[in-house]
Amino acid sequence: MSEHVPALPVYTPPKARSLLEPHRLFLIAVFAVIIFCIVWFMRWDWIPQYQGRLLYGIGQTLILLFSTAIAGFLFAVPLGLVQVTGPRPLAWLAKGFCTLIRGTPLLLQLWLIYYGLGSIFAQYPEIRQSFLWPYLRQAWPYGFVTLMISFAAYEGEVMRGAFAGVPKGEIEAAKAFGMRRFTLFRRIWLPRAIHRALPTLTGETVLQLKSTPLVATITVIDVYAVISKVRQDTYLTYEPLLLLALIYLCLTGMMIVAFRFVENRIPTRGA
Amino acid sequence: MAASSATMFDLSLLSLSAPGWGGVMLGGFVRSLELAIGGYCLGIVLGIGGAFGKLYGGPILRDLLEVYTTLIRAVPELVLILLLYYAGTDAVNQLIGLFNYGPVDINGLVAGIFVIGVVQGAYSTEVLRGAIKAVPPGQIEAARAYGMPPFQVLRRVTLPAMLPYAIPGLSNLWLIATKDTALLAVVGFSELTLVTRQAAGSTKAYMMFFLAAGVLYLLLTLVSNVVIGIIERRARRGMADPV
Repeated sequence: MSEHVPALPVYTPPKARSLLEPHRLFLIAVFAVIIFCIVWFMRWDWIPQYQGRLLYGIGQTLILLFSTAIAGFLFAVPLGLVQVTGPRPLAWLAKGFCTLIRGTPLLLQLWLIYYGLGSIFAQYPEIRQSFLWPYLRQAWPYGFVTLMISFAAYEGEVMRGAFAGVPKGEIEAAKAFGMRRFTLFRRIWLPRAIHRALPTLTGETVLQLKSTPLVATITVIDVYAVISKVRQDTYLTYEPLLLLALIYLCLTGMMIVAFRFVENRIPTRGA
Repeated sequence: MAASSATMFDLSLLSLSAPGWGGVMLGGFVRSLELAIGGYCLGIVLGIGGAFGKLYGGPILRDLLEVYTTLIRAVPELVLILLLYYAGTDAVNQLIGLFNYGPVDINGLVAGIFVIGVVQGAYSTEVLRGAIKAVPPGQIEAARAYGMPPFQVLRRVTLPAMLPYAIPGLSNLWLIATKDTALLAVVGFSELTLVTRQAAGSTKAYMMFFLAAGVLYLLLTLVSNVVIGIIERRARRGMADPV
């Protein structure tokens, strides 16, 4: 009796899912017909007329998105850090802030800051006569501040996890090299934490993009507001909204590709 | 000046009876809750169907579900709510028109629940799919080996076994659902946020009313967190603590 060791089954990787499988071709054909019907039977003659305003609106949306995300991230770093190492009262304060913002709807926060703070500002002659008043009379500072606070709170929670998750050994190694606390933070702790938070950061930025249309409710002109104007002018219900959905779809797709590119640039050890 | 800041926080405006707006706001809060609960339940039903379709369905069903979840998750909720709110009520009216009935007024609550449910369904599909995949396959195979029909496997093994993996994601979705109800204010459904804005607009006490509404939403979140903690502890009993 020879000891027969059964050979391990040869590993066959699952077939890469190609776009050209028969059922996919069928689905693509169906979707192509639907899209053709949408293009052919619905009214799109308003697009050239509003082209300039639409591009302006897209620009405003992107500016709002990136400015609030960057500013919010700058606030999120201390919010996360304080919750990990800070003194107790500060940690509680940061945690309370995050809970408060994450526990209430963004639309409510926006209206609270725009209508509430706005009406209070308007009561004080000191503020009305200050150099800030020309800005405070407009809507976008309120939209900017609200979106920034919201991003900071959500991202602060992510950064807390990221800071806590950096392996202790790396920080101890930095200390053993004689790095000062700030150098350690700048060179080791923060970059490692950002690296860990990057996949979540992608998701949070997409969520932030999807929150930007809310500022149209306080009269900031972004792409959503432009589309609302089109709907009022042309009495069309679906066409402008479909175009808007397509615009956001493209923006989301481009953002995901861009973030993946950045993520792949960072060298990681692993299989 | 002093007088106006005194009226700004005049708490009698929050009283429950007629001159105060407290009763109206509580009514709006109840409607928000109905929306959130209805939409969340519809979302879970869609999610269970979607997750099983994605895992066990045929190739066409899988691809269609992929399109559904991708589209819903890439387009802002506000835009989806507008599209579905109008398209949904329109479609129902067209359908009724086919049977020669006049157009009917669709109940705003039903339309709102439908909209929130469709949006939530895309997210809970992904949550539940992940949770089902986390169930050790041996358990499901054992159930099949006992000769259980597919629906019984689902009811007795897959759903209970996946629950501990699904609860963190599902509780997150519940919190999102409660906050998404505020978006229906934009289509004119009088839930808490819109009612608050009306109250604030007619009394000019913007800060107080919005803060009061914020407290209601925050209370809902905090109470939900406590309940979720209890449910999670119960669902995870007998399992090792997460590290």
